[in-house]
Amino acid sequence: MIKARVYVTIKQSVLDPQGVAVQGALHSMGFREVDSVRIGKYMEIQLDSNDRFEAEARIKAMCEKLLANTVVEDYRFELEG
Amino acid sequence: MKFAVLVFPGSNCDIDCYKAVEDTIGEPVDYVWHTATDLSAYDCILVPGGFSYGDYLRCGAISRFAPVMAEVAKAADQGKYVLGICNGFQILTEAGLLPGTLRRNMSLKFRCHDTVLRVENNGNPFTTQYAAGEEITIPIAHGEGNYYCDEATHAQLKKNNQIIFKYVNNPNGSIDDIAGISNERGNVVGMMPHPERAVDSLLGSDDGKKMFTSILKAWRDRHESASVR
Amino acid sequence: MSQQVSAKEPNAEQIAQQQIYKQMGVSDSEYELICGFLGRKPNYTEIGVFSVMWSEHCAYKNSKPLLRRFPTSGPRVLMGPGEGAGIVDIGDNQAVVFKIESHNHPSAVEPYQGAATGVGGIIRDIFSMGARPVALLNSLRFGKLENERVKYLFEHVVSGIAGYGNCIGIPTVGGEVVFDDSYDGNPLVNAMCVGLIDHDKIQRGVAKGVGNPVFYVGPPTGRDGIHGATFASEELTEESEAKRTAVQVGDPFMEKLVMEACLELIDTGIVLGIQDMGAAGLTCSSAEMASKAGNGLELYLDQVPQREEGMSAYEMMLSESQERMLFVVEPKDEAQAMEIFERWGVICSKVGKVTDDGRLKLFHHGEIVGDMPVTALVDECPIYDKPSAVPAYYEQNAAVDTLRYEEVTDLGGALEKVLASPSVSSKAWVYDQYDYMVRTSTAVRPGSDAAVVTIRGTRKGLAMTTDCNGRFVYLDPEVGGKIAVSEAARNIVCSGAEPLAITDNLNFGSPEKPEIFWQMERSVDGMAEACRVLDAPVIGGNVSLYNENAKGAIYPTPVVGMVGLVHDTDHITTQGFKAEGDVILLLGETRGELGGSEFQATVHGVTEGRPPQLDLVVEKKLLDTVLGAIQHGLVASAHDLSEGGLAVALAESCISGGLGAIVEFDSTLRPDVALFSESQSRILLSASAEQAEKLQDFIVSRGVPVQRIGRVAGENLVIHVGGASALNRPVEGLKRVWEDTIPCLMK
Repeated sequence: MIKARVYVTIKQSVLDPQGVAVQGALHSMGFREVDSVRIGKYMEIQLDSNDRFEAEARIKAMCEKLLANTVVEDYRFELEG
Repeated sequence: MKFAVLVFPGSNCDIDCYKAVEDTIGEPVDYVWHTATDLSAYDCILVPGGFSYGDYLRCGAISRFAPVMAEVAKAADQGKYVLGICNGFQILTEAGLLPGTLRRNMSLKFRCHDTVLRVENNGNPFTTQYAAGEEITIPIAHGEGNYYCDEATHAQLKKNNQIIFKYVNNPNGSIDDIAGISNERGNVVGMMPHPERAVDSLLGSDDGKKMFTSILKAWRDRHESASVR
Repeated sequence: MSQQVSAKEPNAEQIAQQQIYKQMGVSDSEYELICGFLGRKPNYTEIGVFSVMWSEHCAYKNSKPLLRRFPTSGPRVLMGPGEGAGIVDIGDNQAVVFKIESHNHPSAVEPYQGAATGVGGIIRDIFSMGARPVALLNSLRFGKLENERVKYLFEHVVSGIAGYGNCIGIPTVGGEVVFDDSYDGNPLVNAMCVGLIDHDKIQRGVAKGVGNPVFYVGPPTGRDGIHGATFASEELTEESEAKRTAVQVGDPFMEKLVMEACLELIDTGIVLGIQDMGAAGLTCSSAEMASKAGNGLELYLDQVPQREEGMSAYEMMLSESQERMLFVVEPKDEAQAMEIFERWGVICSKVGKVTDDGRLKLFHHGEIVGDMPVTALVDECPIYDKPSAVPAYYEQNAAVDTLRYEEVTDLGGALEKVLASPSVSSKAWVYDQYDYMVRTSTAVRPGSDAAVVTIRGTRKGLAMTTDCNGRFVYLDPEVGGKIAVSEAARNIVCSGAEPLAITDNLNFGSPEKPEIFWQMERSVDGMAEACRVLDAPVIGGNVSLYNENAKGAIYPTPVVGMVGLVHDTDHITTQGFKAEGDVILLLGETRGELGGSEFQATVHGVTEGRPPQLDLVVEKKLLDTVLGAIQHGLVASAHDLSEGGLAVALAESCISGGLGAIVEFDSTLRPDVALFSESQSRILLSASAEQAEKLQDFIVSRGVPVQRIGRVAGENLVIHVGGASALNRPVEGLKRVWEDTIPCLMK
């Protein structure tokens, strides 16, 4: 079994209104050091496979096809196991 | 002229689109299930609003893989008319049939109210009955209608006259106040506002009627010129 | 496995010796009764099942004697209280189905999910009757909006309602939002759903036909919502702590699929009985369905779809996982039913069988884990007549002169102050987050007296509203109860509809306190009398008790949800003034009544004295007259006078219509009292100059007091009382004050 941890975030060039709102809230709570907040999605995917090389290609395809919208989102992932 | 209203799990404006076709132009219209694999009988395909697949992951991201979407792409390719409204617009962008994407509203809140739109392009098959620059009242109801595309795409949209409607008062943060766009060819249109909710003045506005009469006229014009030839 | 369960759960002897039943809310005498019905001591699962069936929520054990006082029948009532929702005939083989229900406590703990699942639950009540839900309303109460925690609760309750209603595609068309210290720490979230049905499609929750299979529909069962109190019987471990806080999470997408699949199933005509799993989940739905058919039921718990591993019988029976239904069909129709759910992608599992022995039997891992008489569960819960006592505050208030306050002379300033009160101010910040137009039938949107939804294929419409002024009910529960029903009826009539019936949500503090029980008793009496005189029977509702915070009980808040019938969409009327030159008429009598008024609270900072009086015969005459005038086409706008009295009603009609008004009248009252008194049975009408005479004659001929007080004109609201200028303000400025309050506070 291979476990993939996938992180999808809004591209740096694209405004993230949720992140801006959370940043404002943190500031008003006194966390002055907060420089920026970007909000994204985290997914855990269990693969019934032991081939890391193959798994990497498959996860990449999943990200490109469904998990991220590459118009506005970036993705990265880690494999474990 | 025959209309299809697609139904995905979680569509909820399907009935409104169906009624709008019946009430405005009275042409035949069918609900078509997301698993359908043949749209050849239809001249215009309406992709309705709602929360297909709960809008889980991203609005429209899962629906665009429904079997019927391959047929929608085929129909678009054949030059048939396709109109995506609200969630339907989101699905069409996810499917790559329209450029750009819809992000969360700048206010981070769902917004439902009337908006005033300016008709930017009245040469599109869906807008010929409007005057150029006409201001019309059409309601919005969405949480993620903030249109975005990169600068190159935006330049293309402007160059090709693909911006169909703009908001007079931008309610969601869309770039360039964009409310609705078309593909390059002009036969696929997506918009966040709901013309199908604006077909009866008793319910607030009937400014959306002309989208339906426009498309019928476009189809008839093409059909008649084809039969003359 | 069953050993593992029994190792964690106390056995029957331990339950008796350690009085574990008490922690589930079962008293000693009730426990004795249960032992008698079983002929032995109940095990953990059984006492759990009894505790929820004999709770206030399912058995109404503290409120039943009061609920019996309501009129519940009428020529139009097709189904009264007792089923998922009541049903009223509206002609043409159609009927309207509606109910209101509270989700107060869950919303106080987790506002988004609490409110969302409240909406989901009431929608299931409606479609389980076979009806298509067409509209939602919400009656909300919070503490003062200046408080940060209140802001948090308010924001998330609203977004929870929006999240659920918008996704499932049922328009949220109306309701009310009130802010008052009394609800601090104990918000009220009451959700109402209205549906449409054809007479021949009406369903009941009955387990008919011995031997027929029982099906479970919906997502798998988890440990969500199992009542926290029951975990007190376990050692406090990290595991039980985690379970205790398990809030129910709503999935509106799943409910949309369950709803469409169930309505399709009902359409086939093969359903014998169907009921939703609401409070007390599988327990309540199975016991009630068996009871209504006079049958028994066997449940095979291994067949219940489960989301979590190792769930015990107790947990499955008490889980409140959302979006689940139970239905019965004949064996020959099983395949047809299964095919429908498969197509909609909804889990459907055969979990039981209808029996003839009148017992609810539970099987798990090949053992019988529960065996209880259905009648004992459903019908035998003891009913308590609680002691009642007149509270001291009520006696003291009798002596309070509500006209003793120093005269307010800056009436424009006072009007702005009242308009800026969060309870009176515009609620657009709230309803703009709700999709109130989906289904394309909303003719009157949120923000007018009552919302109106049209009925496709007819010229008819349904008007709907929720109302309750908790301050009035607090100051005099009987009068306040009458006012709640009357105000709802006034809102319905002002929209051009005939009142049909009501559903009520009785929100009170602890009935163990005699003063609170007195409030319950008196307000129910007031409501019942109003329902009788106004011909609006009670067809269902909900009771929510123990609404208390650190400072004591909430204001008694018996919320009235009313539905009316618009006979012709031409009758639809709104509150906004329509045209320059239109004549403004005030119907009813204005007395010096400031007790419990918005003016008293915002300007003088107190809530005291007696509330305005209400004569139901006068009210009925007013309602009939105004509805008649509207139906005769004499009325341009109609607006009920409520919070803020005449001044606020005039301002709202100006703001909604985008027009000014010049008003002039004589009064024996002080101008501030005349403008802000909340005397009941008053309505503001406007009519075109041509129609005004006819309208006034019509009203006079019906014996209703009427005064021509001015005309629609200009861009300001100008009021003269007794020849002297009282106030003069640009409507645009009033509008800004009224619109900006909530957005500014929520920034």
